[in-house]
Amino acid sequence: MKRFEIRIAGLGGQGIVMIGQVIGRAAVYDGMNVVQTQSYGAEARGSGAKSEVIISDGKIGFPFVRKCDLLVAMNQEAVDKNLRDLKPSGVLIVDDSIVKSVPKNIKHAYAMPATKIAEEAFGEKMYANMVILGAFVGITSIVSEESVEKAVADTFPRKTATLNVEAVKKGKELAASLYRLHSLDLNKL
Amino acid sequence: MKKRSVENVYFWQGNEACAEAALAADCRFFAGYPITPASEIAEHLARRLPQTGGVALQMEDELAAIGAVVGASWAGAKAMTATSGPGFDLMQETIGWAFMTETPCVIVDVQRLGPSTGQATKCGQGDVMQARWGTHGDYVAIALSPNSVRETFDLTIRAFNLAEKYRTPVVLLTDEEIAHMRERVTVPFLESMEIINRRKPKPNEKMFFGSDEVPPMPSVGEGFDVAVTGSTHDEYGIRFTSDPDVHKRLVERLNGKILDHAEEIVETETYNISKCEVGIVCFGCTSRSVYDAVELAEAKGHKVGYVRLKTMWPFPEKTVKQLSKTASKIIIPEMNLKQVFYEVQRVAGDSTKVVPLNKIGGGVPITPEEMLAKIEEEIR
Amino acid sequence: MTEESFSIKKYLRDVPLPFCPGCGAVTVMSEFLRAVHETGYRNLDKFVFCSGIGCSAWIPSPHFKADSVHTLHGRSIPVATGIKLMRPDVNVVVFGGDGDIVGIGLSHFIHAARRNLDIFVIMVNNMIYGMTGGQVAPTTPFKSKTTTTPYGSFEYPLDAARLAATAGAAYVARWTTAQTTELRSSLKKALELKGFRFIEAVSQCPTAFGRRAGFKNAGEMVRWLRDNAVPLEEAEKLAEDELAGKIVTGEFVQKQRPTLDKVVYSMIEEARKKVEEI
Repeated sequence: MKRFEIRIAGLGGQGIVMIGQVIGRAAVYDGMNVVQTQSYGAEARGSGAKSEVIISDGKIGFPFVRKCDLLVAMNQEAVDKNLRDLKPSGVLIVDDSIVKSVPKNIKHAYAMPATKIAEEAFGEKMYANMVILGAFVGITSIVSEESVEKAVADTFPRKTATLNVEAVKKGKELAASLYRLHSLDLNKL
Repeated sequence: MKKRSVENVYFWQGNEACAEAALAADCRFFAGYPITPASEIAEHLARRLPQTGGVALQMEDELAAIGAVVGASWAGAKAMTATSGPGFDLMQETIGWAFMTETPCVIVDVQRLGPSTGQATKCGQGDVMQARWGTHGDYVAIALSPNSVRETFDLTIRAFNLAEKYRTPVVLLTDEEIAHMRERVTVPFLESMEIINRRKPKPNEKMFFGSDEVPPMPSVGEGFDVAVTGSTHDEYGIRFTSDPDVHKRLVERLNGKILDHAEEIVETETYNISKCEVGIVCFGCTSRSVYDAVELAEAKGHKVGYVRLKTMWPFPEKTVKQLSKTASKIIIPEMNLKQVFYEVQRVAGDSTKVVPLNKIGGGVPITPEEMLAKIEEEIR
Repeated sequence: MTEESFSIKKYLRDVPLPFCPGCGAVTVMSEFLRAVHETGYRNLDKFVFCSGIGCSAWIPSPHFKADSVHTLHGRSIPVATGIKLMRPDVNVVVFGGDGDIVGIGLSHFIHAARRNLDIFVIMVNNMIYGMTGGQVAPTTPFKSKTTTTPYGSFEYPLDAARLAATAGAAYVARWTTAQTTELRSSLKKALELKGFRFIEAVSQCPTAFGRRAGFKNAGEMVRWLRDNAVPLEEAEKLAEDELAGKIVTGEFVQKQRPTLDKVVYSMIEEARKKVEEI
């Protein structure tokens, strides 16, 4: 049975929940069972935000992630608070335009300055979430690129969908060559 | 608007599934008031209901929302509102009125952490007894509790069907976890769904509040000169408070029309209830941990079974009783302080040990591991 | 006058009326039915009546030979909202007292006026909670003795008519039960208009208000209402202290703007068109 547990964490306003939603929707398009959850403070912006996705070809009972195969951390607090839940074989992806320190003992850690890239390439840091999603698509094969692009187009309003798809593409493109912190055995995912 | 005629796969939130199911059940009117974690239902219907010719309205408070829903129902429309604990509090008086006037309507309560304002964004299961006893007087509630997005869809339709069939308000008791999670949902063919509509009176019928167990329901504006009141009334709807028998007859019928059909209304999911040593009675989001825990327990060789309450009220006494005959211990995991526990205790009797497993605060769910630990503790 | 003469019995069920002798609600009931008759209706088939809790809620329910929905205290307007939006073709009329409409139900009243909900609200303002035995109401005149203000009311009363006008009502008028001619012609006018229409009938409650306020009987109260009524045009010339204890009567507003049901259903048309385009 295939089963992946993913957690995305950061700050409210960084589009954390959107990343989870797109991954989840893409997995649905890939024919998988999915549960996606989220938690955030009552404030719409500025407090901690978390989104989780469980993808399985079987039944999913408990909907929350306890040990994750993949952790996307969009700020330092997200790294510090969530690393203890990363499986030893798990993959960490951080936005290193915000995250400044990642412990050396993490086996598979990737960094991409997603916020910086978003500002430079799209003039808005709000695209950082889709850039880092692109990195996720480049690094892993949990969901297909095709499904992710379709999921982005179906999740965002028509006006912004195109730019968001571009942001995913940009992230994927850069993921292949640049920002690897530690080694990764891709076959594991 | 074209109706869905194919099986479709969606990635819906529980709240979205609830709203879409309302459309599938032919809901024509929604009135609500913003409240976390139920607002997505109002937002979704505000967009979708007009597309199907229906009306979605945001009222000035929950008192107005439920009032408008009952009004719409008397105007012949299937109608719904959605709220959470604090709003559910405000609606209780009108829910009693809907019960007394035999008005079909659906009230969705997306449970959050109470009492009072509690924690708006966090999950709780503390409204179980409120759904049963929320309004004053002798009344019987119907409440359904889904544990997945797909089941939220199914039970929303069922809530409308039961409301229409028994001419009574029905509560869909969901929770923050189920309401906000997104899942892969396969929606059945619209044609394959059973949609029930209220029985309408024949042109010369006059008794809309008695004689039949569930009397026919006219709409206003149809020339029936229907008199509707929450006061004790006779079979014709005319207020009648001087004869104790009139009240007794009315209220006993209103209770009886639900309790006498409990078997038809009650739905449960059961697993291994005739062979288990330890039984579990669970509902809503908490039951998802039970699925995992039972697998883990079986892997260790334990015989565990469960009853999951899809219908909370009327309480599924028969099935729980059955479980208590085989299981020597019954665990009741709930995100409240023993609301279902006492019901199980009442039904199970003294020969079965009834064990609470409660967790409140922060919306942190009971995990499969905690559930397993409790099972092993009881098996030891 | 129309060819067929008016008979109140034609419009009423054979159910005994609950009103005390001399109650102003009976005047309002009969003036309303006369207005309906004089407007050309011969039955109440095109009407749906909503009322809440309180003496004047009994005016339509269950007495009118019509659909009557007797709601909870204060909730007649929300219920009327649901009915009107699902059946825009029927005339929805709300009867209620001051406690019901502008006490417990005040917020609904303001919002319905704001929305220009196409209903006709008739408020019998007896300045007291009559059915519960004479407690102070939001409309009780300053210093009046009631069962819950034994030393006299220490609060200023609410001006429901002006409030409705400010909130956006399409038609607002206030009369006393001593002005039956004006009241009836105002009722007739409102029956033929669209939008949120509000008529406040300041009325005598000899049982719960009059006795404690020192009136000997209903007749004396009606005379008091007549003598204290000041036409709107005159009131505008008077200073605030000169108006203390007076009842300003007349038509406060008459204007037209699209009603809620019209706006909602044209939005629905648009939404449906958009879906078809997709």
